Amino acid sequence: MTTASDTEPAPPLVLTPYLFLLPAMLVTLAVVLWPVAETVWMSLHNFILFKPRNVPFIGLGNFWRLLHDEVFWLSLGHSLVWISLVVGLQFLLGLATALLLNQSFWWRSLARSLVIIPWALPSVIIGLTWTWMYDYNVGVLNDVFLRFGLIDKPVAWLAQPNSAFFSIVVALIWQGFPFFAVTILAGLQTISAELYEAADIDGATRFQRLRFITLPAIADVIATALLLRTIWVANSLDVILVMTGGGPGYSTYTLPLYAFLKAYSGMEFGYGSALAIMLTLLLLLVVFIYVRRAARELDQ
Amino acid sequence: MMDRRSPLQRLFELHLPLLVIVLFALGPYVWMMMTSIKTNTDIGAWPVRYWPQAFTSEHYHALLERTSFGGNLVNSFIIATGACMLGLSVSLPAAYAFSRYRFRGRRLLMTQFLVINMFPIVLIIIPLFVLMRNIGLLDTFIGIILGHSTFAVPFSIWMLTSYMNAIPKDLDEAARIDGATTLEVLRLIILPVIMPGLVTTGIYIFVTSWNEYLFAMMLSGQNVRTVTVALQLFIGEFSVQWGLLTAAGTLIALPVTLLFLLVQKRLVSGLTSGAVKS
Repeated sequence: MTTASDTEPAPPLVLTPYLFLLPAMLVTLAVVLWPVAETVWMSLHNFILFKPRNVPFIGLGNFWRLLHDEVFWLSLGHSLVWISLVVGLQFLLGLATALLLNQSFWWRSLARSLVIIPWALPSVIIGLTWTWMYDYNVGVLNDVFLRFGLIDKPVAWLAQPNSAFFSIVVALIWQGFPFFAVTILAGLQTISAELYEAADIDGATRFQRLRFITLPAIADVIATALLLRTIWVANSLDVILVMTGGGPGYSTYTLPLYAFLKAYSGMEFGYGSALAIMLTLLLLLVVFIYVRRAARELDQ
Repeated sequence: MMDRRSPLQRLFELHLPLLVIVLFALGPYVWMMMTSIKTNTDIGAWPVRYWPQAFTSEHYHALLERTSFGGNLVNSFIIATGACMLGLSVSLPAAYAFSRYRFRGRRLLMTQFLVINMFPIVLIIIPLFVLMRNIGLLDTFIGIILGHSTFAVPFSIWMLTSYMNAIPKDLDEAARIDGATTLEVLRLIILPVIMPGLVTTGIYIFVTSWNEYLFAMMLSGQNVRTVTVALQLFIGEFSVQWGLLTAAGTLIALPVTLLFLLVQKRLVSGLTSGAVKS
């Protein structure tokens, strides 16, 4: 990449910017970089919290164990389905919302504010309200579905392996689609009206306008939002933890949840660390693509 | 853009679908708040009683009088404020360096702050727990605030750099010609202009920290329990007392929703400034 600073002589080594960066660097070093190095160290040891004096080095033993761990493969599979369903549907619903909000009508600014609300809520609340709505005995969803004849008897949504997974997916879609909606809306608002006027003169249909003007113009925004969201969803475990804790059985285990539970409930910090590193390695490609796109901003 | 659709067409293609989406977005939230002001009889009624026979504030009284929730609210407020202060105070100078200086390692350091924001929490939280335990910061305000700075610092640096880049450099230079020092430029020129961005970033950190669950759960115990951790414990403890649980949920959600609505426009423009540059 050619930048302005490449063509100019190398900047003199002044201390000021480094001094300004020092506090942020120190905090980051203490709470992020050091812990990550620790995780790598722990992943190479058989580190169990209540046996602090007996931490044998086992090399890649934890990773070897992981390859033969059925729950790991199960969680990985769930994670892949989970990411594609949640991100994909969040995106489609977000895109539809953005296209609707990009038109002019009298309650537009109200609608925009209301749609954003799920984004502001903590995962514990998302878990709570959806668990309450999915309730078997007096839950509102069973009531609504019964009234509309979609089911003939109440369903224990979160207690059955098949429905539990998809019930959480719905809750996560609810939480995340406002992000797509507002991001894509911001992109839509940068498209110049002249493009649409020209298309009108050429007699383009509304579908053609969407296909040949709108979507190409926001392709960049969409790509960035998709990458960012994929990383977030892949890392997120708190809503699942709150709603089912991974159960029933292993039916709602995802990779980050498994890593967390191994360390938190199982006290197997070594193995949990190996799982966390595995997740990071698998995500690295997505992070790399995102960072390269975002880094284009650095040289302005 | 001209809209040649008839009012009926607009009703079916715009107003109704959007109304459905708004109801979907709002429904669970409103349902939680509604439940919190219903009596236990109305909550336990089947088929579901949508409009209750009477409204009550008993669950809020029970929550604040019989449980430690009031104290949890104070803890969360202290932690979120602390995370906000720590995040902004170390990020403001860092953002100034990134925006106004060209120096060796700039690109690497900026990328680093971007990448650590993408790290899975599980990668950091396990050793952070061990670290905090070893230096005796488990179950303290400082410990959780430091835990929250793992996301607050990188996020603020990116937001503030992006807001700062929008301030013309001529302003700094004019002040320098008048003899201002670097710190004076930062304090007298940049700070007033960036104030709205600073407030937006601060509120976002506050909301994220207030909402955060995993760090708060791992790093806290009896002393500094936050609202999210407390609510999760209540779910186990008062499993069928939905009135009490939704009252707690409402008290947690209401302030952050209002804060979020207050800054949402500027927040989105900051978050998307990289992606949506024409």
